[in-house]
Amino acid sequence: MALLSNAAVLVGKEVRTEFRSRELLSTTIVFVLIVVVVFSFTFDPTTNESRRFGPGLLWMAFLFAASLMLQPCFLREQVNDTLSALRLAVRDPFAIFLAKIAANTLFLLLTELLMLPVFAALFNASFGAQLPGILLTFLLGSLGISVVGTALAAISAQARMRELLLPLLLLPLLTPILVVSTEVTIRLMQSEPYLEWKGIGLMAAFDAVFLTVLWLFGEYFLEE
Amino acid sequence: MPAAPECPIGLQFDQVEKRYGVVYALRNLTLSIAAGECVAIAGRNGSGKTKLLRVAAQLVRPGRGTLSYSGAEGNYRPKIGFVAHATMVYDELTAEENLLFFAKLQRVGNPSERVAALLIEVGLVDRKDSLVRTFSRGMRQRVAIARALLARPSLLLFDEPGTGLDAESSAWLTEQLRKLRDSGCTILMSLHGDSEMARLATRAIRLDAGSVIADTRRGAMFQSIFAVAGC
Repeated sequence: MALLSNAAVLVGKEVRTEFRSRELLSTTIVFVLIVVVVFSFTFDPTTNESRRFGPGLLWMAFLFAASLMLQPCFLREQVNDTLSALRLAVRDPFAIFLAKIAANTLFLLLTELLMLPVFAALFNASFGAQLPGILLTFLLGSLGISVVGTALAAISAQARMRELLLPLLLLPLLTPILVVSTEVTIRLMQSEPYLEWKGIGLMAAFDAVFLTVLWLFGEYFLEE
Repeated sequence: MPAAPECPIGLQFDQVEKRYGVVYALRNLTLSIAAGECVAIAGRNGSGKTKLLRVAAQLVRPGRGTLSYSGAEGNYRPKIGFVAHATMVYDELTAEENLLFFAKLQRVGNPSERVAALLIEVGLVDRKDSLVRTFSRGMRQRVAIARALLARPSLLLFDEPGTGLDAESSAWLTEQLRKLRDSGCTILMSLHGDSEMARLATRAIRLDAGSVIADTRRGAMFQSIFAVAGC
């Protein structure tokens, strides 16, 4: 109970500071918007091409946006050494990770949902009845990106070449979930769309595995 | 006046070592601090004062040796109040939001009442709704001290608490330390040079290259601990 109550308080702080500064959201939304618009005008895709390439472009844009968003999540805690204050205040350090993951997933989902209509308009895509499936895919995909990204952001924040280290570690580790997320999204955008439950299961398993790793070893990632 | 801690805690460093590559931050450090003692730590820059405090706060794990606490049971972290050189509060939150946030995290009983009382105590009640980023160094330090006192800690660690403070804020801080010492808190503070704050200490320790080179209680030796140039 202490873990969840601490995590809830921390998420409240993350949301409050973000909506007050709008640093992460404004950066990522503008970035994803630029990527989607540039790709749209570069390829000028037909409906069939959009179905084949659109999901890949979309998840690539989300990945780059996430790497922008994840980098500052622990760096901001170093400005006034608030990470030490958090470590002293919480009963279980996993609460810090849980809150960061929840906040990053929330911000990433918000960016994705704002981009969905823009993507649909520019890439002649229609989601309609598949919207619940798309939302589930976005949720599991974003959660996976956030879990791995938050862990690596904590590790890289202590390193010297932190700006290089995070993308360098993040991209290879996220490849499995990005491939699966793209595949599931492709199936949802086909002329006869369907939700690939095997892919959803793989995404959920990926999230669960990395969340467990973080729960077991997270405390060491925060140490100086 | 700060409330007396339920049970002050003591510290025992036993051959503690912390090194980064070939550089020793703490070297074979053995030190015993009794519950209720007020200890000043002196030493040049890089002598290991900050690292000692961070090890005591369980923020840094020693590479070798052990750190043990006495006088209380269970998890010690919530019983530790730490005022570092950095303020350890959020610039984007107001003074009251910061204190309420940490009070809720530490599961302090009646957080609103505790925060209101501390804001009065540190003299920031008029600025409670201002963002911390608009505060002066002295005001930030007051928020930092209020944050450290939220859960009525038994062990207080201060890392150069007077740095950057003007005479008025420094006098206020000295008075707060005196009250905390008299209330029975165990206090460990790193200091630069002799000052009013140093005179509050009941024991002075001098570090050099991560090791204790002098350890004295009040007496002739006491002032000499701080008197060495560059400390």
